[in-house]
Parts: sequence; structure tokens; C-alpha cells
Amino acid sequence: MLQVEQLSKRYGDRLALDAISFAVAAGETVGLLGPNGAGKTTAIAMISGIARPDGGRVSLGGVRVTQDANVLKRRVGLVPQDLALYDELSAWANLQLFGGLYGLGAEHLRQRADDALALVGLSGRRNERVKTFSGGMKRRLNIAGALLHDPDLILLDEPTVGIDPQSRNAIFDNLETLKRRGKTLLYTTHYMEEAERLCDRVLILDHGRILADDSVANLVQQYENLEAAFMQLTGGELRDGAEA
Amino acid sequence: MNGAAILALIRNDVRLYFADRRAVLVGVLVPILIAAFFGYVFGGAGMNADAGRIPIAVVDEDQSTVSLAITADLTADKLLQVTTLDRAAAREQVKAGKQNAAAVFPKSFGEQTTKALFSGRDKPQVQLLVDPSQTIGARVIEGLLAQYSMQEISKEAFTGVSGRKAIDDFLGDLDGQDPTPTSADLKALLQTARKLSEMRASAAAGGPGGSGSVQPGFVLSIPYTLAPTEVTSRDTTPYNGYAHSFAGMAVQFILFAGIDAGILLLLTRQRGIWQRLRSAPLRRSEFILARALATTLVGLFQFALIYLAAVLVFKVRIEGSWPGFIGVGIAFCVLNATFGLMLATLGRSAPTTRGFALMATLLLVMVGGAWVPAFVFPRWLQNVSLYAPTRWAIDGLDGATWRGLPFSSEVLPIIVLVGSAAVCLAVAIWRFRWED
Repeated sequence: MLQVEQLSKRYGDRLALDAISFAVAAGETVGLLGPNGAGKTTAIAMISGIARPDGGRVSLGGVRVTQDANVLKRRVGLVPQDLALYDELSAWANLQLFGGLYGLGAEHLRQRADDALALVGLSGRRNERVKTFSGGMKRRLNIAGALLHDPDLILLDEPTVGIDPQSRNAIFDNLETLKRRGKTLLYTTHYMEEAERLCDRVLILDHGRILADDSVANLVQQYENLEAAFMQLTGGELRDGAEA
Repeated sequence: MNGAAILALIRNDVRLYFADRRAVLVGVLVPILIAAFFGYVFGGAGMNADAGRIPIAVVDEDQSTVSLAITADLTADKLLQVTTLDRAAAREQVKAGKQNAAAVFPKSFGEQTTKALFSGRDKPQVQLLVDPSQTIGARVIEGLLAQYSMQEISKEAFTGVSGRKAIDDFLGDLDGQDPTPTSADLKALLQTARKLSEMRASAAAGGPGGSGSVQPGFVLSIPYTLAPTEVTSRDTTPYNGYAHSFAGMAVQFILFAGIDAGILLLLTRQRGIWQRLRSAPLRRSEFILARALATTLVGLFQFALIYLAAVLVFKVRIEGSWPGFIGVGIAFCVLNATFGLMLATLGRSAPTTRGFALMATLLLVMVGGAWVPAFVFPRWLQNVSLYAPTRWAIDGLDGATWRGLPFSSEVLPIIVLVGSAAVCLAVAIWRFRWED
């Protein structure tokens, strides 16, 4: 479904992505793991069409993203790392905007927004302003915003950052539901246990390069657990650089 | 063209505007209050008789017929608000800014002026204490003082007791001098004046000459009368000071809303919402169009409410062209929207951009005549103000309201506003970074 070939990106002197290649099959859940500044967010930005690569290409269903980005964007749902919500508006108003951007008709949009809110367990809070929500509720609504146009591929950039275990668990449930519905998920995270629980396969990325591309089971078998694999492959030094 | 996305963005921006009810209230109520204040100061709706009167003090240390008459004339003048004080109190009040000026008539003012009128010597000095910050008021007072003084002094000189005495004294002086052809003519003239004065006094007392052969009120006065007529839309419509102040404040506060829209865009770029917008099937042109339309709608909402209050409460009327009024309103709101977009594309951080934008806006509205009409500016500044689109917006609105001008007079302001909007939009498109 998703094909990434020789993807490169440079920010000034810093090489954020160094000719990475990987593929994600339809219905697969792939974890993109890496320390801060490894290039995870840059990769997500290229795949979602919001940033241009310096080299290489991204194809979705055999069609290059740069050929007709707007057609392909209708098949991709992005859950950004920073909350993509208007605090001053209600959950419903936020979803009306995000669905409207994809050209959904009023009735269709209402139905899709109802479904998305039900999935993330926020149906009862639809008319409340987002600023009254807890961190976990905002994260769930952030996911709902990416589902309205029923995308085939959902890109999740650290969707559980900064929330309590209960909320994280609720989000796992949401993502497992999406998985069961056959959606393809590409998921970036720092948390190994999340990857172990959700992902069929993981890519370990550091300094813009892919260090491992294997199933969770194989990596666990090879390194005892996913965290050990991650630490051995990426090294133990502190990363002070910002996430690219 | 993704019309649904454009509509969704417009609806969202309008929702965001109304979500902050306090800001909405400030954006509509504050301009109405400030416009009401400025409108009152500049004459209101023609009902405030005291508005615009220049406060002056008169110190009459003479208490002569002449000084009392001049004081009475000044008091009766519609331009002035006269208070009679002693010298010390008058000086204090001018110093404190409570009076624009104070005229001091010294002792023997009446007697000396009538003498000086004939002899040209020993003129008494009327001291005019002036507030240096009120130079225009002081000039008006000087003019009125000269007018009423000439009137009352000549009246006294040619018909009053002290005038006859002054003529006698001056005739005595001439008798003591060596006769010349000029002094002989002057003597004859003064004797005639003396005779006329006596005849008039006698007539007034009911004696010979009471048949009215002498023209009453033998006075030197300005040989014409002045009929100030307010040239507004109709001769029967008085000038409404609120019409100008509402135009100015509507322009100012709509520009403030434009700044807010620009800042919102800047902030959006710095939040996750920008990534979501960018990941949607939305073109750069569609995004810019949606933002411009949304800000235009918000501006029109403010414009409509501010003028609704102006019409309903302050009796401002569209005396000129309705299409012209609407055209100027829409053109200005479009300009405002593109101005906000341009700010957002030129600025880097929200606080710095807000600071620069406020400074630029205040300068534009000040130069454009939003606070005080542009005609009080020096000539060079009036010329400079023609480069400020705010001046054209305010002139256009003035033209449609109290000036009562036809649509043809609104075409140029509309063209200037639309042209300025095109320039702002061009800069915004040129500088707008769609891709990160």
C-alpha cells in the first residue's frame, strides 16, 4: 500500500533523512521507533504530503505522492504530534472543520463525526469546548479529527505523548479497533511497550537511517525485548537535538 | 476549486471570532462609545448648543460704558463662552487650561480708546492672556475682540459723552498748534462730528432734532453681515459630528480586527492545526481566499453593527449614495482582510507582529483623519494623508453620510481601497509560505 523509496531530506547542514526505503502493506500496523531527532516526524511529513522531499519518492497504491498530492491526501489521515485542535471551539465544531476540508457533505459529515466521536468515547462531550477537556480527551479528539474522511492510511505521530496510563490505554483500544477495521497504521513512538502491543512490524530509525526493519516477534527473539533492541541499535547516549 | 473546504474554513473563522464574546463586544461596543465621545466633542447631532464654544475670561478693570458694552457683545457671541473674572483668577484659569484666553480691559480703557481713536496717540493696552496650546482659539478671540471693540468704541466716540469730551480735547490740541491746511480740514471734520453727536444726544433726550433727522446708532461697524450656512447634504440638515466620528472609529476598530485575524494565522502556523490543514486536500489559493473572505465578513459584521448604532442612536443618516456607502464599506473590509493577511506573511512572532501592526494601524488612522478631521492638519500632512487608504475610507464614508455626495464621488475612494487591497494581497501571496 505505502512504498517509500530512497527518501531524503536536509535542513541546512543537518541530514534529517538519509535515503530511507520501506514498505507498508494494506492493513498492516507499522511502528516507526527512534530517539529524538531520528527523523520520524520528517518521514511522516513527507508521507502525508506536507513537506517536499529533497530526494526519493513516496507512493500510495502505486501513485506518487507528488503527482497529485490532493488526490492522495484524501486517502491519508494525519494525527500530528502537536494537538491539532481549536481550544476555543467545541469538539463538534472542530470536526466540522476537519471534515469540511475533505469536502464531505453536511449529512455525511454529521454521520462521520458521530462515528469518530463514538470511537474515541467523546459522544457525550461533543458540544463542549476543547479547552475544558483533559489531556487524554484532547489526544483522542486529535485522532478522531483524522478519521472523518475514512482514510486508508493513518499516520500517527506520537499520539500518546504526555497523557496518563488510562488515557493511553483508551487510545490503544481505539487504534486496535481501527486495525480490526482493516486500516493501515504507521505509528511513531518512544514507548516500546506501545509498539509491542500494537505493531505487526517496527522500523528503528536513527540519524535519518533505518537501522532495523523487522517483525516485533523477530526483534524480541533476537534481542530479548524491544527496548533492548532499541538501545543496542541506537546506542545509549543522550539526544539533545530537537525532533526533526 | 474545493468550495466545501473554503466554506468550512470561512465558517470556522467566523466561529472562532464569535467564540470570544468579550472580543466581539470590545470590537463593536468600544468603537461606538469612542465615536459617541468624539462626535459629542465635535458638535454632536446639532443639538448641543455649548459644544465647540471657546471658553474665555474677561477682566473688566474699567467698568466704563465701552468695556461693559464689549463684554456684553462677547457674551452674546455664539462662538464664545464668557466668564467675568478678576485678573489673578483669570491668569490662574488660563494657566490651568480652563480658559483658552483672558482679555484684560485696564482702568480708563473706555476714555483712552475714544481719545486714541481721534489722536492716534496713547493707545491703552488690552492684555490678552493666552493658553499656548490653544492658538486657534486665541486667534478667534483676537478677531472677535477687534470687531466688537471697533463697534463699541466708535459708537461711544461719535455718540457718547466721553466721545464728545475726546473731540473737545483734540480740538483744543489743534487750536494750540500752528494751523495747516490738513489741521483745518481735520478741525472741520471733528466739529461736524461734534455737532452730530450733540444732535443725537439731544434727540435721545427728546429735544430739538428728535424728529429722527439724525440716524440712530452712528457706529463704525463691519459693513456687511455674515450668514454662516452649513453646507451639508441638504440645507435643512445640520452637520452631524457623529457621522465623522463613527466613520473614523469603524475604520480603526475594523483594522484592529484585521490585525487579530493576521495574528491568528501566525499562531495557527505555530500549532499542530497547521499540519492538519496542510495534510488536507487544500490549495494555497483556496486557503488564502478563505481567510480573506472570512476576515471580510467579520469586518462587515462590525461595520454593520457600528453604523446601526450610529443610525438608531446618534441620528447619522446616509444622505448620499447607499450603493456608494455599501461599496466603500465592502472595499474597506476587503482591504482590511488583505492587510491582515499581509501582516501574517511578513511577521515572524505574534507579539512583535502585533506591536508593529498596532503602530502602523494607529498611524494610518491618525493620518487618515479618524480621530480629528484631516482639515486641521498642516497642508503638507493633508497631502501625505492622501497616501493613506484610511483617509479615502473615511472621506468615502463622510461623503455617503453627512456630505450627501452622489455615487460618482464614491468611485475614486472605492478604486483606491480596492487597489490598496490588491497591493496587500499581492504582497501576501508573494510572501506566504505554504510549505514548511
